Amino acid sequence: MAKKTLNIVESAYRAVMEEQDDTILWLLAAMQGAGAEHTVVLRGNAVNYAVAGQGAPGLTVGEWKQSQAPRMDKDVIDLIETRKIPVYVIEEDLAARGIGKNDLIPGAKLLGSKMLPKLMADYQIVSHW
Amino acid sequence: MSKKTLTFALMDPPYESENLTTAFRILDAAARRGHTINVFAYEGASALAFTKQVPHANPVHGKNLAEENHPTTKDQVAALLVLAEKSGGKVDWVNCGMCVDERGVAEFIAGTRRGSPADLHTFSEASDNVLVIPTK
Repeated sequence: MAKKTLNIVESAYRAVMEEQDDTILWLLAAMQGAGAEHTVVLRGNAVNYAVAGQGAPGLTVGEWKQSQAPRMDKDVIDLIETRKIPVYVIEEDLAARGIGKNDLIPGAKLLGSKMLPKLMADYQIVSHW
Repeated sequence: MSKKTLTFALMDPPYESENLTTAFRILDAAARRGHTINVFAYEGASALAFTKQVPHANPVHGKNLAEENHPTTKDQVAALLVLAEKSGGKVDWVNCGMCVDERGVAEFIAGTRRGSPADLHTFSEASDNVLVIPTK
């Protein structure tokens, strides 16, 4: 049985346009496919990944056009629904950015920051990205 | 609109930040207007035009090579050179020589060249404006 890992993801929108995804969420999805057991907590600027309906236009340079620009909300939905990775979002970080609970994708769970230490205790590994 | 000479100093390596997407959006806009563009690709940015970059499929996305259409910065640099020429402008893209050597990325696409910090000095002296997009 795999060790349970809690992944606190704080770095956000770092190279998502070039990679067409977030490299950490991608890594966790790939590891889950290899048998890992992950949970994700989005905090800091990364809470924005759970906002529904987001997306930037693909990059265009002359005749070169990006056709698969990232959709981070869809990637998080994929984590929750397809990969069965629980995704928590820190409530205070949402509030600090003026993001309402109704702005989030379905399936994202709210977590008060004071509850985070208690959640950590349930995991064998805690990784802060 | 008068044509300007613009110098850009880039520092971020490919696939590490959003800075390069911002840089390429600005470069595209400048090239479409036919401005003369100088680029000094410093530190990690010296790998932007590296010829051995290869796009990949993405099993996590469930997409094959064609469907993923993964970006490579060398293609973006090449497209910029073509665009500038079509628009009546030009791009002088300089890859910092010591930077490419220490990274093993000294093979860069045609139309870019090897250079040194002296090129950034020359560019700056001859430019209407200089924009540094530094790594953080």
